[in-house]
Amino acid sequence: MADYLNGLLINLPLGWLLAGLQTFLFIAIAPLLTGWIKRKKCRLQNRIAPPIWQPYRDLRKLFRKESVIATNASWIFRTTPYIVFGTTVLAAGVVPLIATDLPSAAIADVIVLVGFFALSRFFLALAGMDIGTAFGGMGSSREMTLASLTEPAMLMAVFTLAMTASTTNLSTTMEVILSQGIVLRPSFIFVALGLMMVAIAETGRIPIDNPATHLELTMIHEAMILEYSGRHLAMIEWANQIKLMIYGVLIANLFIPWGIATELTEAALLIGSIAIIAKLALLGIILAAAETVLAKLRLFRAPNYISFAFLLCLLGLLSHVILEVQQSTLKN
Amino acid sequence: MDWNLALETSLPINVVIFPVFAALLSSLVALGAYRFSWLLRYLAFLLLGLSGISAIASGSWVLINDIPFAGELPLGLPWLKWHIRLEPLSSFFLIIVGLLTTAISSYGPSYIREFESGPYSLSTLGFFTGLFVAGMLLVLLADDAFLFMIAWEIMSLSSYFLVGYQHLQITHRRAAFLYLLMAQLGALAILLAFSILISSNGDFTFATMRQAELSPLWAHIAFGLGLLGFGMKAGLIPIHVWLPEAHPVAPSPISALMSGVMLKVAIYGLIRLVFDLLGTPHWSWGIILLIMGSITALMGILYALIQNNLKRLLAYSSIENMGIITIGLGLSILFIANGHSLLGALAMIAALYHALNHALFKGLLFLSAGSILQATHEQNLENLGGLIRYLPYTAFFFLIGCLAISGLPPLNGFVSEWLTFQAALQTPSLTSGVLRAVIPLSAALLALTAALSATGFVKVYGVIFLGQPRHQFNHSIQEPAWGMIIAQAFLALLCLLLGIFPTTIIDIIEVIPQHLVGYDLPSASEQGWLWLTPISAEVASYSAPLVLLAIISVWFVFFGLLYTTKKTRRTPPWECGFGTVSPRMQYTATAFAMPIQRIFKPAWRIEELVKEQTDKKTLYPQTIRYELHIADRFWLILYEPFIGLIAIIARQIGRIQTGNIRTYLAYSFFTLLILLWLIT
Repeated sequence: MADYLNGLLINLPLGWLLAGLQTFLFIAIAPLLTGWIKRKKCRLQNRIAPPIWQPYRDLRKLFRKESVIATNASWIFRTTPYIVFGTTVLAAGVVPLIATDLPSAAIADVIVLVGFFALSRFFLALAGMDIGTAFGGMGSSREMTLASLTEPAMLMAVFTLAMTASTTNLSTTMEVILSQGIVLRPSFIFVALGLMMVAIAETGRIPIDNPATHLELTMIHEAMILEYSGRHLAMIEWANQIKLMIYGVLIANLFIPWGIATELTEAALLIGSIAIIAKLALLGIILAAAETVLAKLRLFRAPNYISFAFLLCLLGLLSHVILEVQQSTLKN
Repeated sequence: MDWNLALETSLPINVVIFPVFAALLSSLVALGAYRFSWLLRYLAFLLLGLSGISAIASGSWVLINDIPFAGELPLGLPWLKWHIRLEPLSSFFLIIVGLLTTAISSYGPSYIREFESGPYSLSTLGFFTGLFVAGMLLVLLADDAFLFMIAWEIMSLSSYFLVGYQHLQITHRRAAFLYLLMAQLGALAILLAFSILISSNGDFTFATMRQAELSPLWAHIAFGLGLLGFGMKAGLIPIHVWLPEAHPVAPSPISALMSGVMLKVAIYGLIRLVFDLLGTPHWSWGIILLIMGSITALMGILYALIQNNLKRLLAYSSIENMGIITIGLGLSILFIANGHSLLGALAMIAALYHALNHALFKGLLFLSAGSILQATHEQNLENLGGLIRYLPYTAFFFLIGCLAISGLPPLNGFVSEWLTFQAALQTPSLTSGVLRAVIPLSAALLALTAALSATGFVKVYGVIFLGQPRHQFNHSIQEPAWGMIIAQAFLALLCLLLGIFPTTIIDIIEVIPQHLVGYDLPSASEQGWLWLTPISAEVASYSAPLVLLAIISVWFVFFGLLYTTKKTRRTPPWECGFGTVSPRMQYTATAFAMPIQRIFKPAWRIEELVKEQTDKKTLYPQTIRYELHIADRFWLILYEPFIGLIAIIARQIGRIQTGNIRTYLAYSFFTLLILLWLIT
């Protein structure tokens, strides 16, 4: 046990290889999820849908174009896309996608994951203020305001899971939940709802933000990145797609971890791949349906929405420490 | 390490006392600065630097080798020599004082140029700076209540003169007076707390005070008084009101010392009293500290967020960080009182780590603020902007400070907040249902605080350094002298190192809880320096070096892939077809914080005033005037009635003053008569 982590580091090159492969896969199929959601949404709204690989085409187009930067942009503006993309890829690397027992999950636990999102958001908000246009500052202010409510809500949600599994390591949490079998926990219901609401707010979807518009009154995320173009924009867009997928995978694998590979055999990995694709496809349909049914909230109504999410997560946490812990100690 | 074993004897007394001596010498040398300013610039700051470096050296020696020093100084009262002692806890704080003093000694010589031609005396500045540092060092070294109180008063009084240094401005005088008043009240409370401990044995040394057998009631009273005294100095809400007034008005290096170090000395006092002198802490103290810390952290950052004065904002953010440290201490007490000493050690290490981190990044931010102030003579955020082009170095170091204070990986602020969260997540091991509910609530508040502080520092950085200048300065804005840049670079580098190698640091400082609680954290470093695993590898792990490595490698890969092949074009920003983009179109600092201000409205007392003049014919508004006044609610609720009461009493007493000499003679006559009657 003593050299658990170092053992993983040295003796398991296969594990690291798989971790790298999994991260690569994560990054590669993230645009596909966005394309899938867009397609389902179009279908639900009686529109003709773009092909599912449209996001790849958009990214390719953006990567090929030259970047146009304002004359007064500082180095913060130019490095931000790389930092945002780098931290998001790293975040993707620590979230178990197909298999749980991979060494990369030990680098960062779920609190660090929230920290990665905060880091990339910090730089995005700075970049929004860099040029000195009204839109950028507006976007930064709104994004940071909403994030200062969503981030604690998300932490509350993951704390509940962490307390249930008595670990903050994502991989171990999933294994613990798997090993306990199907138990109806009131805390999980609250937290799953809360985390879904947080995910919607954090990834800039309806009802908090609308990724499809560039309208002044509704913009949050888009306002911040309005000045970006070319490869810079491509990296930010891609990072955003990865972030959406991270939230999807988190919800899918934490609350319904069944199917994920706990051992590194070919069959288990195959089942894991199919399971996660099915789960994400289902979540995508739910998101598309939610976005079709709901209307976007006014900005100053958004805090109510997020406070509700925060409250749900807190309720989950409290119902866990009050109801479930006592029961487990009584059993003991 | 073999060479450690060879040195089994403790440090000689001259080495231990040398930092104090050098600081005192520096203050004496500085007295001559009214004639020769080079004395202060070169000699006094050099001595201060020596003091800082020697404090770091002797502190680290004691901390790493874990060989405490105890001795007596041939000073003090005839029957009471001054006892000094240097053990892991005090040496840890000695290192904090030393680090900041060293940075100041490099920063100061260039910074005081600003005062050379001004109306204020350089001797005063140098004399009290040296005395201030010496006072703080002595507080840490003191091993009896007598020396402790003397050193505490030296620290308080010398910093009073530093706060009031630019005394021609009325705000500075008022701030200094408020500070003096509250510092004396606090000192009185500490004195009373000590006297409760002394009363049982009648001896002033900490060694005998530790053995005092207090009844629970007296222990509670002693804790309450100590919390009042040390909490006042540390700026815990609601006894914080002096802090946001006093810290901003002092010269910037002094603000760095006050926020970075003096608040930590107060935390040291609290730890010394609660964990050491009072014996085993009672669990209710943990609850009090936890609640007070959570409120302090949240309110501190909320008040910081809406400030538009840079140094005032930093001062409020210091209050927030003191709250986070207090949360850690409260958790530590709760775990210890419930028999989980290992978790108590974890929470204490989190608190101590945050104390060290806060000293570094707040010192850095205040020094950078000083550079901005010297370059622009402007503290108001609304008049700054675009400084990243004029002050590239300061901008870079300030960014490091902002990232660290916002608790973002892979910098140091994140590590201590992560450790605090890890400690808070261990609540299921507690048996009390109330505690199990209270601790997660405070963790929720801590999460909210961390997120809000990121928002606050995006505002600070974005408004000061990014965008376009909001104000045309008549003078050119230049990067400060090298000494000031080096000081900032030193602190920024430490912030980075403490963020990347937390395991090494925790390996060193875990002797402190071992002495105070009886437990250290064996699991934290058992996986090697690469991994931080506070409880065990399965529960939680974090590898800051690998995180940094991964971010850098992804960055390199993509930068290499994209930069060499693709072109970049520079154009003026698009102005939406309205002509030019003027600096007035940017978001202001007030506007940036406005959504937060709307959401958390009850936290402040806000007076908004909108005056609109409309053109009668067209009904279009011609001018709009917007005024915003934000007041500290605690001042209005807790202090204003008190001040009013004192004023009423003073007015009643004032009635006997008629200004007529015959009345006063009559008073004396009757007083004498009464006294004579009493004697006979």
